[in-house]
Amino acid sequence: MSNIPSELKYASSHEWVRDEGNGVFTVGITEHAQELLGDMVFVELPDVGDEVDAGEDCAVAESVKAASDIYAPIGGEIVEINEDLEGSPELVNSDPYGDGWLFKVKASDVEELENLLDAEGYANSIDEE
Amino acid sequence: MTQKTVLHAKHLEAGAKMVDFHGWEMPINYGSQIEEHHAVRKDAGMFDVSHMTIVDVQGADAKAFLQKLVANDVAKLTVAGKALYTGMLNEQGGVIDDLIIYFFAETNYRLVVNSATREKDLAHLAAVSADFDVTVTERPEFAMIAVQGPNAKAKAASVFSAEQNAAVEGMKPFFGVEAGGLFIATTGYTGEEGYEIVVRNEEAADLWQKLLEAGVAPAGLGARDTLRLEAGMNLYGLDMDESVSPLAANMAWTIAWEPAERNFIGRAVVEKQREEKSTDKLVGLVLESKGVLRSGTKVIVEGGEGVITSGTFSPTLGYSIALARVPRSTGETAQVEMRNKLFDVKVVKPCFVRNGKAVI
Repeated sequence: MSNIPSELKYASSHEWVRDEGNGVFTVGITEHAQELLGDMVFVELPDVGDEVDAGEDCAVAESVKAASDIYAPIGGEIVEINEDLEGSPELVNSDPYGDGWLFKVKASDVEELENLLDAEGYANSIDEE
Repeated sequence: MTQKTVLHAKHLEAGAKMVDFHGWEMPINYGSQIEEHHAVRKDAGMFDVSHMTIVDVQGADAKAFLQKLVANDVAKLTVAGKALYTGMLNEQGGVIDDLIIYFFAETNYRLVVNSATREKDLAHLAAVSADFDVTVTERPEFAMIAVQGPNAKAKAASVFSAEQNAAVEGMKPFFGVEAGGLFIATTGYTGEEGYEIVVRNEEAADLWQKLLEAGVAPAGLGARDTLRLEAGMNLYGLDMDESVSPLAANMAWTIAWEPAERNFIGRAVVEKQREEKSTDKLVGLVLESKGVLRSGTKVIVEGGEGVITSGTFSPTLGYSIALARVPRSTGETAQVEMRNKLFDVKVVKPCFVRNGKAVI
């Protein structure tokens, strides 16, 4: 069973969201997702300043196995991206909830968080796959 | 019902992620296929290839049978232990499988064929051998471990007995020798030095463990695929199959045209294709921008199009490479469409890395 931290929120499309305060949220992909994808070789991130809608494909994680779209779990403005992934995409594999984070978004509507899953809900969703 | 090799428990012990590979439960990786890839390029790695099918061909007509069966000519094999890579073709000149043939004597050969094609290969061998005085014997009592990498031979030497070390001393590439209960061959599927070792099932786990203790890293099918692709080696089912001519699969060098009277199966068709230059060709592609070339992707060339037969990210080069079947007229550049965008790719010879070094 892969690690699913209880303090995070999740999208069924395998992104996680961490509340950093002041309406800013960090987004990454789950340990389960990186296990499915295998070794990451390229991560294409949005640009800082981009406006994204919840559910919009805004990044691509390309592994040895496949290219996979990453969807914004909540809408808002991209305020920071993880530039370390340019040279070290493997951080997504080795530390998906830490150094392998993807981008930070300033939420336009924090109520969208309500549409996300908690750890238990996400665990159930991947059990059904 | 998936089959397991005798090394299954060793894979689980090493933390393998297992997948179904044509009916066999095999390790895809033991954590990171890229790290396993680098272990083979820079040090030594080992693969469980026990799922591959070993077939011994013996009898008075063994040589004549193989001269009919495969496109290369086993008459080239005159030194005991020498090996030959070739394809078995069908009457339409398509590739039924690619294989390695080891020569012991003109009445005694060993074939190693793919596991995914085992049943049709055995059926084909049975059908063709009916007209010859030979026995065709599958050898499921053997497992096989490939030890590959610049330090593979030295690490294997620390595990071999004195008798085995004496037997492999100075052995050239593409040879095999029977020694101390093992069949040790200087063959492989990575573009590195090393051995493929045939070992009795009941002794396989012990050999694996000793190699592990000698510092050989377990490597899975994921690394095996990126390594063979960098080395420009074909994978049956992707780069060629029964609908593809060996001439369109970079296998012309595995066909012996002389003597002209040797009538191997498929000869008439491929000979005509050769004269008419009517087939596509297999080339290498290099993508220097971000992205990964994938099997099945269309390749656009001047005046036509082709297809990527295998593609991957090359851990050694740091960018994506592929094998592609394209029109014969294809020049030095092509384009591929990925994620609704066109990318320029370089067209190169289908070999990217040898002995740890880029060759493009």
